[in-house]
Amino acid sequence: MRVNFTVNGRPQQADDVWEGESLLYVLRERLGLPGSKNACEQGECGSCTVRLDGVPVCACLVAAGQAEGREVVTVEGLAAYARHRAGRPPREDPAELSPVQQAFIDAGAVQCGFCTPGLLVAADDLLEHNPDPSDADIREALSGNLCRCTGYEKILDAVRLAAARAGEAG
Amino acid sequence: MDFLRPGSWEEALAAKAEHPTAVPIAGGTDVMVEINFDHRRPEYLLDLNRIGDLYEWGDDAGDVRLGAAVPYTRIIEELGGPLPGLALASRTVGSPQIRNRGSVGGNLGAASPAGDAHPALLAAGADVEAASVRGTRLIPVEEFYTGVKRNALAPDELIRAVRIRKADGPQQFSKVGTRNAMVIAVCAFGLALHPETRTVRTGIGSAAPTPVRARAAEDFLAAALADEGLWESGAPVPPALARQFGELAAGACNPIDDVRGSARYRRHAVAVMARRTLGWAWDAYRGRERTARCA
Repeated sequence: MRVNFTVNGRPQQADDVWEGESLLYVLRERLGLPGSKNACEQGECGSCTVRLDGVPVCACLVAAGQAEGREVVTVEGLAAYARHRAGRPPREDPAELSPVQQAFIDAGAVQCGFCTPGLLVAADDLLEHNPDPSDADIREALSGNLCRCTGYEKILDAVRLAAARAGEAG
Repeated sequence: MDFLRPGSWEEALAAKAEHPTAVPIAGGTDVMVEINFDHRRPEYLLDLNRIGDLYEWGDDAGDVRLGAAVPYTRIIEELGGPLPGLALASRTVGSPQIRNRGSVGGNLGAASPAGDAHPALLAAGADVEAASVRGTRLIPVEEFYTGVKRNALAPDELIRAVRIRKADGPQQFSKVGTRNAMVIAVCAFGLALHPETRTVRTGIGSAAPTPVRARAAEDFLAAALADEGLWESGAPVPPALARQFGELAAGACNPIDDVRGSARYRRHAVAVMARRTLGWAWDAYRGRERTARCA
């Protein structure tokens, strides 16, 4: 079947999609967006987290056909999404990162990097809804994302850093 | 495989009547796992995401009529007042991502004994609204679970909504798992005090082939609370009474040994959870009574 939907602001069309295929497979294998990672395929690890009509979901548990007509944001679109949300013009430098991505780098929150895309999408969603989260809020918001390097402390640091920087800027 | 995408509830019922083997999918948090792992290859997937009615809830006399696909996140945010037990249980479902997609309709459709919503539904009192092109029927939730991952739906039926009694007293939920997040219950317990009828209802998860009520424990506790005049006095529940309530709750279990826990452990844990949830709920009831009396 054919699936039409919007990914990172761009209309996309995927053809010959198998009816049991996941949104994650379509993103990675048909649209060339490998940022969302494929690990557990059962909603346990959060490494495939994307925004579906603004809501963080595991892309591995969304049937591709369910994305028809919907808007998806993946980690590849996070920087543009964050700029748009802040009411800023589209970025000129395509290498410019979103604030939460920059904070992950600056805080050393990336080890092997496999869990990072899902964590970035989840953390960005948290800060969108709660600009000044408590540690408990951060732990709860990221509880669906596993880091098997166990780099959680630095990840918490990164979210705190992103929140603090946004607070200073605002 | 065919992907059926009805745009309305009527179309969904017609599709299910025409293709009774079609597997309904809303949040996908159970169905997609089975497909991803090749445990299931349905002939038809019946996508319910486009049916807005399923994502709405409303007041219906003393009930909340909860659309089958209302995600857990919204139950937590919007229904903690009338459905405190279900809201507590919803907080323990999976992770934020799962709670954004999963729903009570899905829990009922899958009918896993470990589904987190079941103990809360049993304790509050609920009816499942099952619909087909032939009409709609209400199935009391305790009759809905017929076996491990089996329910009372006919092949042409879909779950439209769940009618859940609004709380008339404190409700509690407790769940045993290996950590705080993303845990399938080793076992779980729901408890609802119903001061208006001077009754207590319970629900046990993951400690029998289906979710069950601990009826002997309920009857014992209701009789004891009445005998000792505790509903009126608001005095503490004597420890021996709470302990016996727990033991009777454990007696309602028919658990198995599996990778998550032994049968013996589950019985013990259910007794502990029953005792503790009673303590929490009764404290809330006493606080409420005290406030009412002082006012």
